[in-house]
Amino acid sequence: MIRPQFALATLFASTLALASPAHAVTEIQWWHAMTGGNNDIVNKLAADFNASQSDYKVIPTFKGSYPDTMNAGIAAFRAGTAPHILQVFEVGTATMMSAKGAVKPVYQLMKDAGEPFDPNNYLPAITGYYSTSKGEMLSFPFNSSSMVMWVNLDALKKANIAEIPRTWPEVFEGAKKLKAAGYATCGFSNAWATWANIEQFSAWHNVPIGTKANGLDGFDTELKFNSPLHVKHLQTLIELQKDKTYDYSGRANASESRFGSGECPLFMTSSGYYATAKGTAKFAFTSVPMPYYPDVTGAPQNSIIGGASLWVMGGKKPDDYKGIAKFFSFLSDTDRQAKLHQESGYLPITKAAYEKTKTDGFYDKNPILQTPLKELTNKEPTENSRGLRFGNMVQLRDIWSEEIESALGGQQTAQQALDTAVSRGNAMLRTFEKTVR
Amino acid sequence: MEKTAVFKGKFLPYLLLVPQLVITLVFFYWPASQAVWQSFLREDAFGLNSEFIGLENYQALLAQPEYYKSMVTTLVFSSLVAALSLSIALLFATQADKNLKAAPTFKVMMIWPYAVAPAVAGVLWLFIFHPSLGTMARPLRLMGFNWNPMLNGNHAMALVVMAAVWKQIAYNFLFFLAGLQAIPRSVLEAGAIDGAGPYRRFWTITFPLLSPTTFFLLVVNVVYVFFDTFGIIDAVTGGGPAGATTTMVYKVYADGRLGGDLGGSAAQSVILMVIVIALTAIQFRYVERKVQY
Repeated sequence: MIRPQFALATLFASTLALASPAHAVTEIQWWHAMTGGNNDIVNKLAADFNASQSDYKVIPTFKGSYPDTMNAGIAAFRAGTAPHILQVFEVGTATMMSAKGAVKPVYQLMKDAGEPFDPNNYLPAITGYYSTSKGEMLSFPFNSSSMVMWVNLDALKKANIAEIPRTWPEVFEGAKKLKAAGYATCGFSNAWATWANIEQFSAWHNVPIGTKANGLDGFDTELKFNSPLHVKHLQTLIELQKDKTYDYSGRANASESRFGSGECPLFMTSSGYYATAKGTAKFAFTSVPMPYYPDVTGAPQNSIIGGASLWVMGGKKPDDYKGIAKFFSFLSDTDRQAKLHQESGYLPITKAAYEKTKTDGFYDKNPILQTPLKELTNKEPTENSRGLRFGNMVQLRDIWSEEIESALGGQQTAQQALDTAVSRGNAMLRTFEKTVR
Repeated sequence: MEKTAVFKGKFLPYLLLVPQLVITLVFFYWPASQAVWQSFLREDAFGLNSEFIGLENYQALLAQPEYYKSMVTTLVFSSLVAALSLSIALLFATQADKNLKAAPTFKVMMIWPYAVAPAVAGVLWLFIFHPSLGTMARPLRLMGFNWNPMLNGNHAMALVVMAAVWKQIAYNFLFFLAGLQAIPRSVLEAGAIDGAGPYRRFWTITFPLLSPTTFFLLVVNVVYVFFDTFGIIDAVTGGGPAGATTTMVYKVYADGRLGGDLGGSAAQSVILMVIVIALTAIQFRYVERKVQY
């Protein structure tokens, strides 16, 4: 959707460009997957950048869902018409970074363009995800979020729960009380089945999802999430699913509305759900860090991020790259980052922007927005919590979901489900390893 | 004296055939041959590395239990959809063929769903039967029926079958109605005079005379369930839960487009292509014999 102001701004900009024909403007194509309010933010960022200087013009184009956008970019690359900047969701990271020649790493882009750039200015919990093991930033983090637990405060009051549950046993106990207090179809639940129960769960408890630092240190990684802790957690969910103390909510986030409608009073999903929750929930709510098992030493560790980053595609002209580098500097500006964070609910990517928001007292009024940052910076990341990088991740998630679904449906035990998810996943990883060799 | 006109030139007939041949080559044979070639390759999504690996993609595919599962799913799904959509459409067509006042209105209403895109049809049915939002799911649950297509594979299958059947009935209805109207009244009247009741008239006169239409629809419906129901499955279940609604064509999509495994996906397309060709050949070879033109 193009807002009138934006259309006017573009019109104005193009009139200016026409008025001075001697001045050639370099166009930079930016393909993205942002909808709703976030789409407006993307358009506004581009318009602001275009207005701030006259050499480059960033043209954002909406390309559909995350997988659609990524596939559109890949197809365009094969046809020789790739955009300059492609927004790719975090699970596409391994695919993008293995495509040497198809992408231009950000650290190299900044160096070639002579643009001032210090990777230490960025929050390591976020950039670590998009960097090599040597700390070279490959893609530019754009919208990042983490997983939090959303809590319906009115429901807790109704069920006489004095304290917000912080650990898994407390959540189970609370959910049973909530169910008895009238939340019969769903005591607690989560969106993003595998992100919640495998990926975040592992990082938060400092146990590996896979070897080689969850794949960050090499594509010859093997999955490890069929540990006793994982099995215990899934087995508990299976038991609680039977009477709907826990109720499964699907692989993606379409069921987030179960929280907003008041059906599920405890609901784990992305911190990026903030804007929607604010708009739909007709009750007092907040977000708290994800629950953990207190008997696991070191838990909670730190959470990992989700969201998307901007990849620069290869094979473009040096002048184009200069413009992209300028655009990334523009995005890193402290005031702009702080404002972006406070308006969209996505995480700030620079340390300065985080500090500024803190010192401005923003979190005192909006503690919900600090929850994911507290999780991400809870402890110094370990091998198990720096992030993850598995090839064919989109399909891996589908395989894992299939096994979880069949376990929750009562067709197999937690142990069987996770064993099969691991072995099927490993087969997929070996195929990927062969294709990128 | 010669009575047939003979064209001397060999050039003209071929020239007249060229447009059709070009279209067939460009849009059918070329992509199909690309799929066959791709199925022998191992390639990354960007096409940067490509390696000829012979039949390895096929071997990997046939070693997957999930692939056989998707075959069974396809069989169940396609027979349910074809059987239900054909028989319900035939029932409606025979009713609409009667001399009713509102018959034209009924006909228009019946044809409507065909104009709905598969994905939209899927979303409509999803909203009706969504476990927590659905208008029909709530009464079902109140009656004590634990309706849960998110976890129960049979429920999910029922849901996609309903959506696919609902959409296809309109198309089948249209052809059945046209077929029914082409049956000479005199034959039916002769049957009535001979004392055959409506039931008997239908099975001994109408149904056999309708067989060319039925046969045509059978072929079209099989192709429909194999390929066009993709949008419905994608919108309603995404192939889940636990792969219970992953048909062969959905698996091609999931592996190729979402998973970036182009070689394996191409191998599946080739197998699917062979199956559909074989099915159509069988239909023409055996079922067509029973058709009375």
